[in-house]
Amino acid sequence: MHKDLLRLMRAERSVRRHLAVTMAAAVLAGLLVLVQAELLAGVLSGRFAAAALAALAAVVCVRALLAWTQGVFAGRTATGVKSALRHRLLARLRELGPERLAAHRSGELVTLAGRGLDGLDAYLTGYLPAIAVAAVVPVAVLVRLFAADLASAVIVLVTLPLIPVFGALVGMTTKAVTERQYLALSRLGGHFLDVVRGLPTLRAFGRARYQAGVIQQVADAHRSATMRTLRVAFLSSLVLELCASLSLALVAVPIGLRLLGGSLDLTTALLVLLLAPEAYLPLRAMGTRFHASMEGVAAADAAFAVLDRSAADQDEPVRRPAAVPAGTPAPAPAGAPEIRLEGVTVRYPGRDAAALDDVSLTIGPRERVALVGESGGGKSTLLHLVLGFVQPSEGRVLIDGTDLRDLDPASWRARLAFVAQRPHLFATTVAGNIRLGAPSASLEEVRRAADAAYAGFVAGLPRGFDTVVGEGGAGFSAGQRQRIALARAFCRPEASVLLLDEPTARLDGRSEAAVVAATGDLARGRTAVIVAHRPAMIDLADRVVRLHEGRVVSDTTRPATTADRVETGPPGGSPGGAGPVGAPARDETAGHARSGRQVADGKEGGR
Amino acid sequence: MNRRMGTRLVWAVLAGSAADLAGLGLIAAAAWLITRAAEQPPLAALSVAIVATRAFATGKGVFRYAERLTGHDVALRAQAGTRERLYQALIPPQRPRHGGADLLSRMVDDTEAVQDLLVRCMLPAAAAAMAGLAAVVIGLTILPVAALVLVAGLVLAGVALPVGTAAAARRWSARIAPARAALAGRVADLVHGAADLAAYGADDAALDRALAADESLAALERRQARVHAAALAGGILVQGLTVAAVVLLAQGAGAGSVGTAVLALTSLVAFEPVLPLAAAGERMAGITAALRRLREVGSAAPAVGEPAEPAPRPRGPLTVEIDDLVVRHAAREAFPAGDPATSAGPEGPGEPVDGGRPALDGVSLRLTPGRRVAVVGPSGAGKSTLLAALMRLVEPESGTVTVNGTDIRELSGDDVRTLMTGLTQDPYIFRAALRDNLRLAGPEANDEELWRAVRDARLDTWVERTGWDTELGEDGRTVSGGQLQRLALARALLYDPPVLLLDEPAEALDEETADRLMADLLDVTRDRTTLLVTHRLKGLETVDEIVVLDEGRVAQRGRHEELVSAPGYYRDLWESEVLTRR
Repeated sequence: MHKDLLRLMRAERSVRRHLAVTMAAAVLAGLLVLVQAELLAGVLSGRFAAAALAALAAVVCVRALLAWTQGVFAGRTATGVKSALRHRLLARLRELGPERLAAHRSGELVTLAGRGLDGLDAYLTGYLPAIAVAAVVPVAVLVRLFAADLASAVIVLVTLPLIPVFGALVGMTTKAVTERQYLALSRLGGHFLDVVRGLPTLRAFGRARYQAGVIQQVADAHRSATMRTLRVAFLSSLVLELCASLSLALVAVPIGLRLLGGSLDLTTALLVLLLAPEAYLPLRAMGTRFHASMEGVAAADAAFAVLDRSAADQDEPVRRPAAVPAGTPAPAPAGAPEIRLEGVTVRYPGRDAAALDDVSLTIGPRERVALVGESGGGKSTLLHLVLGFVQPSEGRVLIDGTDLRDLDPASWRARLAFVAQRPHLFATTVAGNIRLGAPSASLEEVRRAADAAYAGFVAGLPRGFDTVVGEGGAGFSAGQRQRIALARAFCRPEASVLLLDEPTARLDGRSEAAVVAATGDLARGRTAVIVAHRPAMIDLADRVVRLHEGRVVSDTTRPATTADRVETGPPGGSPGGAGPVGAPARDETAGHARSGRQVADGKEGGR
Repeated sequence: MNRRMGTRLVWAVLAGSAADLAGLGLIAAAAWLITRAAEQPPLAALSVAIVATRAFATGKGVFRYAERLTGHDVALRAQAGTRERLYQALIPPQRPRHGGADLLSRMVDDTEAVQDLLVRCMLPAAAAAMAGLAAVVIGLTILPVAALVLVAGLVLAGVALPVGTAAAARRWSARIAPARAALAGRVADLVHGAADLAAYGADDAALDRALAADESLAALERRQARVHAAALAGGILVQGLTVAAVVLLAQGAGAGSVGTAVLALTSLVAFEPVLPLAAAGERMAGITAALRRLREVGSAAPAVGEPAEPAPRPRGPLTVEIDDLVVRHAAREAFPAGDPATSAGPEGPGEPVDGGRPALDGVSLRLTPGRRVAVVGPSGAGKSTLLAALMRLVEPESGTVTVNGTDIRELSGDDVRTLMTGLTQDPYIFRAALRDNLRLAGPEANDEELWRAVRDARLDTWVERTGWDTELGEDGRTVSGGQLQRLALARALLYDPPVLLLDEPAEALDEETADRLMADLLDVTRDRTTLLVTHRLKGLETVDEIVVLDEGRVAQRGRHEELVSAPGYYRDLWESEVLTRR
């Protein structure tokens, strides 16, 4: 029995009730087989009149009814457990927050919370009722047999334990063999998928046809290895089958001989013959169900591993968004804020190097800062820090002088407009995607936001804003996705901070121009932190901060005239230096000293 | 299916039938033994029944064991055959399918349906039919009327019920599949969209939506469970009532206590192999769907046609000429879950939507021996399509590709790919030894040639550290992105095609690794006829010609110095690269 699963089922009232009904129906149906055997033996021996057949038919009807009840309630139990488990898993995923979620293999999580839990069906609807039946029915049969015929009852009593004992013995001896071959088997079994996945590579080197022969050889090897394993594995069922059927013969033959001697009446003899197999059946059924339910147990293990592991690693630097700090969180002040990092260091568990290393940086109200530098330099971490997805291991983040930890995360985030590097489009309408941060926005507001984000293409779709987005944003190009995400930001006109992670994927020329223009509009009048890669995007900023290995290596204020282009020089012309932007480099302390610097709004009105 | 498979199948059916028959015989013999003994005949009259009882008891177990072994053997052979046919169908270049990597896994899983079909459906059904037949024969010898009732009951439980459950399962899976997909989509939204949801404070709403999807799926599953429950109940009802009816008829006809008991118990046990068929029927919906998908793969037309009589492969130094090439990808389903009419506009080249604009729209290019040409451009500009057309993986709409004057459409696809190949998109590392992973590009290569390829790809120190016999790929030693691309480069160099194609060799590498790889690659391809597709411009000053593709057309062409001095995509990209470089 699965301990965690059992605890979960106990905690859910309706599941508990449904499981109780399922098990009760299964056990009752099992016990009714005794009554059925009794009636049949009586009728066949002539002790009961033919009218007893009506009672027999009634018993059959009740058994059918119980089977139906068992099936229906088993279904309810299964869906109840799966829903409860899914509920907990999804709630936990949300508690984990985006940063720690990224550390999990997300595809596996999606499969686990979706299809993976279906593996539990066999366990819940098959194995659990089978356990209940196996616990009750053989005992009841034995009791009845003892009452009817001591000799037969003893034979059954002695042979019955042989089933679990032999099952365990054979299981133990075959386990070693099976495990020894398991690796080889899984290797061979995976070969076909491996070859099919690599087919384009094989085709490129003219080896595709040759591999067809290899596939056949491997399949042959796989088959003979599997058969070697099965020959041993099926031994256990052979032993069990022999136990059960030989016991029946063991019971039937002496009974026949005693009938011949007249020491036994026919009714009892028939009853024993009918009942004896029913003693073995539940145990064998339980064994079969157990094997079928292994996949579900594995799924439950995986689910509880996520639940438990996540509960265990609630340490720094990522905080659960739900955990609001003690005391009343200060409401976030309105207006474009100043964002100040004071000696901030961020470390991720399991990584030696700090993602951000003692970074001090002040971003003035309505200042537009471009973060540049190679990937892994800490740009995205800095954005996530301001978003509150990541907590500093050392140092602090101040918003207009208030520590971000003391702000209510929800009300702080309500002031943000965020565009991720790879924005996710949700499986709903385009309008639904745009009003993600403003659920009450009218269609008119959504339309305006889309226009502002240069996402006019939406109106041109056959169903316009009601177009449903396919899985993972399928159907839209990278540039279109980016512009829908920008429209999301525009749909929050009250937001005073813009955080934008520019995509590294090269957009086509038209898309890029539209995204840059929309970003420029969006940044106006807001405190903006933009991770930028392309010159056009960097052109939008008043200030360029270069991050390298978690440190600020240069901090450059751009001249007021923003139309200047970067020079076209040879690569690596100024390694680690100011870059080609032209203004002198400042070190990080210089950057820190720039606190309170104000940039007039609308300076870039020509854009 | 060949004759030997047929023979094996017959053996499996025979073993299964024998096991079921032994079970039937055990109970019939025991019933006869007991009721006959009650009439107190001489012991000799019972000896046959005693022996039979013991023999059937032993036989049941042994035959069952034989059935399981022969059945699995046949099923594994059948599955191997299905896989081989699937693989043969996949060898010719394929049109892109919706679903990508998941689709491949599903196809491979689908081949297991054959095994399910045999082991869980067909063999049990055949064995159950034989056992049922035997029970009916026993019934006929005792009381023909009772046998008729038994036939009716068996047909009801063994044919009508499974057919009913199969139909219900088909109907329900059609209703449940969309609900399941909706739940998967909601969960994917929660996981993949976590950052967007948290930033916009929309995570509560998204969680609620996922739970609502779960609730509607659960409601459907609860109703589906009723089908299973009804089948279970129906089976028990038919079995019990048939036995009662048989006994009633036998007693009415005065069949005697021996005959009645044998009839009753035989009927009871005859249902044992028959009742599980209802569950097999439920499985059939999934199995037939899998088999249908496999048939569709098998019957899909390949992406390119093969000439009936291929022209001889051109020899000597090759000149490749691409003349006004137009390639249009077949429209793919844009919105798998919804109405196909809602597909998005014609923007987003290379994205799944796209039936309208050609991927390549009148591209011309000349590649003479020893010349290196680089193709750059934004994603979706048609760069990879160009390479695919050269490798004869896609059929051009118009225009030609000629090799020494021979149109590649007149050559066999395999020949084209021996002339022009190299580092393709998404190179694959097989779950095999490092040596075998390299040798697939040169099965005849000796150690010296292997070492040279590895040295040229600057992979020699890694190989020395790793060892030639180390297992790579899934479960094996993990290969970093840079090593993977270098291994792919080593393969290409070992194969040494007359025209070397390199598709985004620095894709998905970090800056430093990408720079080093590109530098090495440009060094080693000197004087080789090379077509290089890239999005990194560093080092391209050494190639003979650069072609900038945008939206399937040649936007700019020339040498690095010319392109950098003119405004346009190339200069923009160059500036951006310089800016973000350390």
